[in-house]
Amino acid sequence: MTTTAPPQQGSIAVAHAAHRTAKKKARVARRLVLPALIFSIVLTQIPFLVAIVFSTLEWNQLRPDKIHFNWFANYAVVFTGPDFFSSLISTVTITGSSVVLSLVFGLMFALLLDRKFTGQALARTLVITPFLVMPAAAALIWKWSMLDANVGMVNWGLNLVGLPSISWNTDLPVLTVIMMLTWQYTPFFMLILLAGLQSQSKEILEAASVDGAGPIRVFESMTLPHLRQYIEIATLLGSIMMLQVFDPIAIMTKGSGGTKTLSYLLYERAFIGLDVGQAAAFGVVTVVITIVTTSIILRSLFSVFIDGGKR
Amino acid sequence: MRSLRSAALTIFTWALVLMFFFPILWMVFTAFKSELDASSIPPKFIVDLTLSQFEDAFNRGMGFYLMNSLIASVGSTIIVLMLAIPAAYGLSVRPITKVKDVLFFFISTRFMPIAAIILPIFLILKTIGGLDNIIALVLLYTAINLPIAIWMMRSFFSEVPLEIIEAAQIDGANLRIELTRVVLPIVLPGIAAVALISFIFAWNEYFIATLITTVDARTAPPFLVSFVDGRGQFLAVLSAASTLAVLPVIIAGWAAQKQLVRGLAMGAVK
Amino acid sequence: MLVTKRTLAIGAGLVVSALALGGCTAPGSSSGDVVTLTLATVNNPQMKDMEELKGEFESAHPDIKINFVQMEEGDLRAAVTNDVATGAGQYDIVTVGAYEVPQWGQLGWLTDLTDTLAADEEYDVDDLLPAVRTALTVDDKQYAVPFYGESSFLMYNKEMFADAGLEMPNNPSWQEVAGFAKELKTDDRAGICLRGKPGWGDSFAPITTVVQTFGGNWYDMDWNAQVDSPEFVEGVQFYVDLLQDAGEADSVSVSFTECLNLVSQEKAAMWYDATSAAGILEDPDSSGVAGNVGYAHAPVVETAESGWLWSWNLAIPSTTKNVDEATTFVKWATSKEYQQLVGETLGWTRVPPGARQSTYEIPEYKEAAAAFGPITLEIMNAIDPVQPGVNPQPWVGVQYVTIPEFQDVGNQVAQLVADAIAGRSTVAEALAKGQVIAQAAGDKQK
Repeated sequence: MTTTAPPQQGSIAVAHAAHRTAKKKARVARRLVLPALIFSIVLTQIPFLVAIVFSTLEWNQLRPDKIHFNWFANYAVVFTGPDFFSSLISTVTITGSSVVLSLVFGLMFALLLDRKFTGQALARTLVITPFLVMPAAAALIWKWSMLDANVGMVNWGLNLVGLPSISWNTDLPVLTVIMMLTWQYTPFFMLILLAGLQSQSKEILEAASVDGAGPIRVFESMTLPHLRQYIEIATLLGSIMMLQVFDPIAIMTKGSGGTKTLSYLLYERAFIGLDVGQAAAFGVVTVVITIVTTSIILRSLFSVFIDGGKR
Repeated sequence: MRSLRSAALTIFTWALVLMFFFPILWMVFTAFKSELDASSIPPKFIVDLTLSQFEDAFNRGMGFYLMNSLIASVGSTIIVLMLAIPAAYGLSVRPITKVKDVLFFFISTRFMPIAAIILPIFLILKTIGGLDNIIALVLLYTAINLPIAIWMMRSFFSEVPLEIIEAAQIDGANLRIELTRVVLPIVLPGIAAVALISFIFAWNEYFIATLITTVDARTAPPFLVSFVDGRGQFLAVLSAASTLAVLPVIIAGWAAQKQLVRGLAMGAVK
Repeated sequence: MLVTKRTLAIGAGLVVSALALGGCTAPGSSSGDVVTLTLATVNNPQMKDMEELKGEFESAHPDIKINFVQMEEGDLRAAVTNDVATGAGQYDIVTVGAYEVPQWGQLGWLTDLTDTLAADEEYDVDDLLPAVRTALTVDDKQYAVPFYGESSFLMYNKEMFADAGLEMPNNPSWQEVAGFAKELKTDDRAGICLRGKPGWGDSFAPITTVVQTFGGNWYDMDWNAQVDSPEFVEGVQFYVDLLQDAGEADSVSVSFTECLNLVSQEKAAMWYDATSAAGILEDPDSSGVAGNVGYAHAPVVETAESGWLWSWNLAIPSTTKNVDEATTFVKWATSKEYQQLVGETLGWTRVPPGARQSTYEIPEYKEAAAAFGPITLEIMNAIDPVQPGVNPQPWVGVQYVTIPEFQDVGNQVAQLVADAIAGRSTVAEALAKGQVIAQAAGDKQK
């Protein structure tokens, strides 16, 4: 609360000076923010405006002679057709389940890796690796090397313990995608939660257990509340990344069986459908819905958007 | 009793960790096999190892695509840092009114599904002749990574005690010295984390690369898909190419995991 | 500004040098009197062979250099569509599938080759397989020349058939094939391998041929969608049932490549797919069933033949500045002389098939492709791309409809049918939804 501090009592001159400095500081701050702001606006907002314009056109890339203005016909297709809403549900299902599962596994790994044991550092190193692996490579390896019905290691492992093979992409496409995402993002959740656990004061925890609180009680009443803000940020960042999931769907399930997320749907409309107008309308609606939903979540969950990030 | 339970827990942990790591381990192992061994069922655990799959991957031009990936990710990371450091500093230490709106704007650009605006971007690039151009890729990756970079960096700057900055200002330090000499050294681990995350995302990006590049600017992720061959076995060479493609990021991530944890932890709190 | 000039300079220097580094491997442009032609192509083995042999062409034509740009099928389609549609003129020669040639030709994007080809007696344009040529011609104008072509047929493991005491007729019906498949299916082997991966070029290539021989089709003569017609439903139902009863595991993941693996590892007794698969199955280096595969016509129900028709073709975008040089190369790469060159330098099994009648008269090729060559030619000559099904259709082509919307329609219907294959919906439900999608596209043709 220093920079915008109210003028000190008594001297008007001092108040004036403080006001001038504050103004100057604000000007400098604006200059600092401006390049990034302009860059972001040019690269994200201009395409969005262009998308709004496109969305009012009848325009198929393979019919270049038939481009014309058609009001809101493309939006009618978005809202009356079955594609958009089923895709919205797929996105929520896949992102939601993957976030929850990554959180659960991430917390489990964080708790397991927080204690001292042989090879702790190596174990942590190995666990973070899936997050570092390129999603396209991961999808290819999972498809061909792990889940393949013929030479895949997962089915081989299942058979080894007497279980029947599973046709992953055919029978369980949604679960397959969730599984891949969870595998990929668990390390990310684990990293943040581990940082949270390690920032906890060990003395207080020990004091609590000396006072007779059991480990579960300590976890519930002390660790979890402490972890809350870490859980929130991990969930936020994880959701941002997983909402955009595309690679495993393009490489493995091709949008079949309820895996057609918004990203894949938008890609399909634009690059398979080649219908510029319709693809743009789908895009505009998706952007509006995501932005509205996320602003509600952000503004209610994160203190920085409530108090303006003052210090 | 206690040590027994502890040992059991350690074994349990290691079993989970190895299961979790197995796909990567298997990928690397497969990369050193011959095609015939790679696709045999039951899987072969003792085989003659060979480097020929890596040779084959390079012969198909892997090196060129890896180079493109490197240019795109390093280039965009540099620009991200150049834009995000001043912006985040402006937003935290020298607050302007409407901080939350500006911050919110940045983070919301990251929420915007890229797929929703990729077609306009594609058509704009087509009009200005920017398709299959590495500079276009660099700029787009910068736009994607900028919001998270600003968000994280703002938290780091908030950690810097105001007294230190004020002391510098009283000593007459100008803005540049204030930032480079006083503030940046304190948040260096944070900057390393931001750079690493920005590098990882850019290096691993597939969607944009596959749509706006074809040959000259094509990066490694979309190129990997072409190893799925319509003519016979390809599992080993696919694994070799994948190993090559993921290696730089894995090494960077392993080497910098302390910074990553610390950076994320610092970024998480505020 | 905050960032020091030095940092800025270093940053800029890094970016620039990086770009220069990237630039050095990029294709060079023409210099002096030599014309450099840029050729965009799919990364199929036959095209790789062409690149390997381009030196022969360049030494015979010292004023022309050819620069190959190889891409995956999907990328090629996107890159070439954009280049051609915007008139960017980046490519002098493009590889185009049979689905696009008539559409792009009509839009004026491709050079009309009719007269040039007819004028060259040595080239012998009439030697090109008539069905393939028909599919590349609109209003008597030929917009591309086939580099290689294929149909579809039934491949089967002769040993498995002999062991089971079964005999494959030369012209089987689908009901017979379904009977064999059920009989030959065991716990670790599929009775038949069929594509199930959703995509107009994946699962719906074979499915469309099945539908057509069952009497159905995508559209009638007035562009009314027929996807929910009894014949269409019956055909798809048959395909789905066959996959579920006797097909391979995890069929929604399976397309050409996956089936090829299964068949060459003796994990499937039959396979209905492209004729070009035979050359790979007969290669002892990559296949465990070389010499042990029998070939039969595509199974039928109501029609006499049921194979599909596809070709990869060379075409010259109308935007190129080097039409003459491009024509010279296109003619060379699709000439009889080129086929001899491939056979003599790379081996006779690698001669691009399915484009020229005379290929099948080359003695060395006849010997090398004895198992599958004659039947391929027989099928390719029996197919009628003008009316492949029971009823007439308003477009030329077998397993695709030559309208811009078809890729999208085909993909979406294929995804719906994937749900039926997995048992999440019935075929009738899937196709009822498909009908709506197909009709919307059909309406645009009226």
